[in-house]
Parts: sequence; structure tokens; C-alpha cells
Amino acid sequence: MIAAYLVLFIPFVGIIFFAIVGHKTDMGKINVWLNGICLLASIWLAINVLNQGTILSPNKAFLIDSFNVYLIALTAFVGLTTSIFSSSYMAHEKELGKLTDNRLKLYYSMYQGFMLAMYMVLTTNNMGIMWVAMEGATLATVLLVSLYRTPESIEAAWKYFILCGVGIAQALFGTILLYYAAVQIGDGENALLWSVLYENARQLNPEILQIAFVFLLVGYGTKIGLVPLHNWLPDAHSEGPTPMSAVLSGLLLNDALYAVVRNKMLVDGATHNNMAGYLMMGFGLLSFLVGALFLHRQKDIKRLFSYSSIEHMGMMTFAFGVGGPMATFAALLHMTVHSLTKSAIFVTVGHAAQITGTQSMDKIRGLIKTQPRVGWGLLIGTMAIAGFPPFGVFTSEFLVLLATMHSYPWLAPFLLLGIGIAFAGLFRHVQSMVYGDKPEGQHPVKANLWPVIIHLGLVLWLGLAIPGFLANWFSQATLLISGSTPL
Amino acid sequence: MHIEQTDFYTQAILSMAALVGLTSFLMLGQSRLLRLIFVFALQGFLLTITTVLAGYSLDSHHLYISAALTLLLKVIFIPWMLRREVMHMNAQRSIQALKNKTMVMLGGASLMVFSYYILHPIVPTTSPVMLNALAVSLSVVLLGMLLMISHRQAVAHVVGFMSIENGLFFAAIVATKGMPMVVELGVAFDVLVAAVLFGIFFLHIRTSIDSLDVDLLNRLNEVDK
Repeated sequence: MIAAYLVLFIPFVGIIFFAIVGHKTDMGKINVWLNGICLLASIWLAINVLNQGTILSPNKAFLIDSFNVYLIALTAFVGLTTSIFSSSYMAHEKELGKLTDNRLKLYYSMYQGFMLAMYMVLTTNNMGIMWVAMEGATLATVLLVSLYRTPESIEAAWKYFILCGVGIAQALFGTILLYYAAVQIGDGENALLWSVLYENARQLNPEILQIAFVFLLVGYGTKIGLVPLHNWLPDAHSEGPTPMSAVLSGLLLNDALYAVVRNKMLVDGATHNNMAGYLMMGFGLLSFLVGALFLHRQKDIKRLFSYSSIEHMGMMTFAFGVGGPMATFAALLHMTVHSLTKSAIFVTVGHAAQITGTQSMDKIRGLIKTQPRVGWGLLIGTMAIAGFPPFGVFTSEFLVLLATMHSYPWLAPFLLLGIGIAFAGLFRHVQSMVYGDKPEGQHPVKANLWPVIIHLGLVLWLGLAIPGFLANWFSQATLLISGSTPL
Repeated sequence: MHIEQTDFYTQAILSMAALVGLTSFLMLGQSRLLRLIFVFALQGFLLTITTVLAGYSLDSHHLYISAALTLLLKVIFIPWMLRREVMHMNAQRSIQALKNKTMVMLGGASLMVFSYYILHPIVPTTSPVMLNALAVSLSVVLLGMLLMISHRQAVAHVVGFMSIENGLFFAAIVATKGMPMVVELGVAFDVLVAAVLFGIFFLHIRTSIDSLDVDLLNRLNEVDK
């Protein structure tokens, strides 16, 4: 349990520390160290859970089981690698004079604030606190989206704030309905604890829970970026600093999906029908197809990849909706590989934008000739995210497809169509950016590409052979969510 | 069941629900910003009374803390901040004509009917009073959204946003006698931070587009320019 407290305590210290001295030089490195310690603590926590099974803190405020512990480790890992990238990226932005001391303080402080909110969403046992932390994540990142204070970034931040705020308010209404159903079977103060709710799920009133789930899905779905609630996502990703895009895409969306799945587990227990699953499949498939189609229309490189996030989140939501061991296993794997790949892509995109001084894809040319590592990183990352074998995304998408063919064969063509459209949409843009001659006056920048190499290496490894302990871990989580194991 | 047969608390809650719903409609039709903020403060005050009432009749003391928080945040701090902003912009006299006010009000009325329709399945599990309370809360939430859609001033958006919070708070108080204390404190903290952030945003928006009309925030879209 100490490990869990440590995971929460370190970012909390980080917030205060950076709020005071965040503008000094080398703060990027301290940010890396803090995230590194968090990663170690989360691995310690993961080992504990692997050995002892589910851990419930003595006051029942925190619950760590096989489902959230792997997300905690993933969050810590992506948080660490992104902070490595952010260190050199922010130093470069400061040299360009885009940022003042106060904004650097804000940036580092809120980076830790965001991490704290994410760990809180994942570790808490209280559905109400989960909502509070989710809203906290919005509040922490909203000022980071408008960090550059351009009219566009302020517009994006305002949209993000209003849309996510209103959206997540629906989730609070859902949580209140959930609590309302729970107090009817007693246990006042403890009634919102997930562990209590899960034990008594069969007794909860199914009518109320069905209504509640609609609100919960729409609310947290806004944060997942489900169509038609996705409008904030491309704006917030494209206008904020790139490390922020990487953590938003890699972590925030996952954790919002985690909240939905937790609630789905309760609702499924109470209703004994697949209402929640059908809703998630519908929303997921719509987001997947719309995201894939919109890839073709983009002009801004960061907007391109944020639509790709919408597409992938749609696929995961769909897979969790299909349910069953294989689809759930695939969705968990897809969450992991998507986070790793997408944050790696955003790192290279950030460097590409710094090399060329623009985010407009028409003007980005000849990346491989200018700085080979950035160009190849972008190309390989795009191949991975488009679902080329042998990368991990291929494995998870293939499993989703298999599960769909098994349970709902008539939906499989839509998935194939979407994958095809997305593939074409990504490559028509990326190909011309990485190949070709370099334009006049385009110079390499100082870049740390280790995060990209590590992430893509891991994705490749997961695609070739999932290591035994990880497969075991995914199986345990699948068992928890769907009630049986895939293997 | 006739209303005069129920106890005093239930009757009081029902009238409060009606009044809270009414303030939402008043806000929806309001075109002057200062009056909008005043009605918003009024709604917050009604919530405070409801909370005190619930705390007194159910004898749960933690509700008094929520009441105090509501009073401080929603009746004093947020209206004060918004009012100062409006004064600062010299916008107190500017009347922004609502386009098709009749349609907006009719839309509001249908949203209320819709809320009753959605929540009807819960009737077998509870008293009709609870249906009223929950349906009014949901319609306050939906009316808040309609307010944000129909008004163009950033201040009106914030009022809509906060009135959505009011609707949720009302649901929590009436249906479940308040959420667990730790959750309620968390929500209040989020609302406070959101209010402060809105203040910062007003400053940014004003300096970047020299107005608080959010229609001018239209640079980012998917349409080819």
C-alpha cells in the first residue's frame, strides 16, 4: 500500500515544488527524476498486486486490482518518457522566447498536477472521487493548452474547458443516480465505494442503473473523445505544447475509458443484459469511422494525429462493448500499444514542428534528409499506428477483428473499411512529409529521441511476442472485467 | 397522493424544486447580463435554503457545511466575480438581443418534459416526489446547456456552466441527502478552481479578441478557409 501512497505523494510534492522554483534551469531534469521515482513506485505496486492479488487500503479509499495497476504502470511510464522529451522541447521553446518564467512554472507544476489527477482516477475506490479527479485533470491541463497565449490557443482552451466541463457534468449526474440506487440498499457513506457497489451489483436497481450509464457514458465519453462529443480534442491537441498532446492522447483518453469500463462492470452486474455493451459498440464504431474519414481532411500535423486518437479510442470503446474475453483482452492490449505509439508519434511530431517552424503539413517536407532519426521515427510510428505487422497495434486490431467476426460478423466489414480508410488517410499526408528534398534553410534541432526508440521498440516487442508475465497480467484483468480468461 | 397529505419537509422540497426550475427559465429568457447574474445568485440562494432545510429535517450536520460552501461560492464569490467582469467591460447596458426568444423558451419547456420522460422508469422504485426533484434537477442541467447555446457572451456561458452544477447539486441534496462528505468537498474544490480559471480566461480572451463575445472565437474549424 505504501507504493500507492508514494505514487500519489510524489506528484503532489512536484506541484508545490515547481510552483515555486519551476522557472530555474534544469527543472526539466528534476521533472524527469520525479516521474522516474513514480515509475519505480508503480512497478513496486504492480509486483505487490501480482503477488498478493487485489489490494484494498485499510480505510477503503484506494483499490488496486489487476485492471488499474497495469494502467498505473503505463501512466507512469508514458509520463516519464514524455518528461524526457519535454525537457529538451521546453528548453528549445524557451530559447525561442515563446515562454516566460511564470509560464514555465505553470507548465511544470501542472504537468505534475495532471499526473496526480491521473493516478487519483486510477487508484481511487470511490466513484465520486473518480469524477472529482477527472474534472481535476481538465482543470490542470486547460491552462496548458493556452500556454502560448495565441488567439487560437485561447480559443482551443476555452472550447476544451466548456465542452469537457459540461460533458463531465453529465457523468456527475450519472454518479448521483448510481449513488441513489446504492443508498436504496443501504450503507450510506460507503455506498459510492466501488468495492461495495461491485459486491452488491446484483441488488442494484437495473432501471436506475441503465439511465445512470447513459449519463456516465456521455460524460466520460466526452473525455474519451467519442463522436459527436469530440470537438475539443483536435483543437486542444493542436494548440497546446506538444508534450501535453502526448500525455493527453496517451493517458487522459485511456483513463476516461477506464472510468467508463469500471461503471460498465457495475451496470452489467445489475441489468443482466448487454445494454451498456451495445451503447459502447455504437458510439465506438461511429467514432472509429468518423475519425478515420476526418484524417483525410486535415492540414495540421497535430490535428491529423489527434483524429487518429479519436479513431483508436473508438475502436477500444467498441471492443470493450463487444465484451467477452477475447475482445476485452484485445482492448486492454490496444490501450497499451496505442498509448505507447501515439505518444512516440507526438514526440517526433514535436521535433518535426521545431525543425520546420510550422505545423502545417503542406510546408513540412524532406524530414528524412534534414534529420533522419526524426523522419524515420515519424514514418515507423505511423506504420505502427496504422496497424502494420509486426507492430503491437496489428496484433490488437487483429484480435478485435477476430472477436467481432465471432460475435457480430456483420460488423466486421465496417472495421476493415475503417482500418483501410485510416491507413490511406495517414499515409497520403505522412509520405510527402518524410520523403523528398529538404527545403532551403531547414536545419536539424537538438532532439532526444530515446523516448521514441523505447516506445516503438516495446510496441514491436508486444507485436512479436507478448512476454509471459504481461500476458498473465492482461488475462487477470480480462478475468476481472469479462468474467473469464481468453487463454 | 395529495400534496397536503405529505409532511412539511416534502412540501418544502417540492416548492424549492419548482422555484429552482423557475429561476432556470428566468435565466434562459434574460438578455441583460447583470440581471442574469442576479438570477443566478438567486438560484444559488435557493439551493442554500434547500440544503439547510434538508440538513435540519434529516438531522445530518454535514449538510450545513455544504450549505455554507454553496452560500460562499455560488451566492457571493462567483456572482461577485462575474459582476466585476461585466462592469469592467462596460457591458452592463449592452442588451444582446436573443435570436428567436420564443423558440428558446419553447425548447426549454420541451426539455423539461423530456426530463420527466427520461426519468419516468424510476417511479416504481420511489415516491413521486423524488421523480419531481430528479426531473427538475435534470432539466436545470439541460436548461443550463440551452442557455450556453443561445447566449453569445462568455459571461453567460459561465453562468450556464455554473447553473448546470447547481442542478447536479440539487439532485444530490434531494435524492440522496447529499453525497459523501469527501466527494462533496472535492466537487466544491473543483467548482472553486473552475471559477478562478474562468476569471483568468476572461482576461486572456479580452486581451486576445478585445471582447467577450464567444462568436468571435471561430478560428479553429474543419471547414476549408
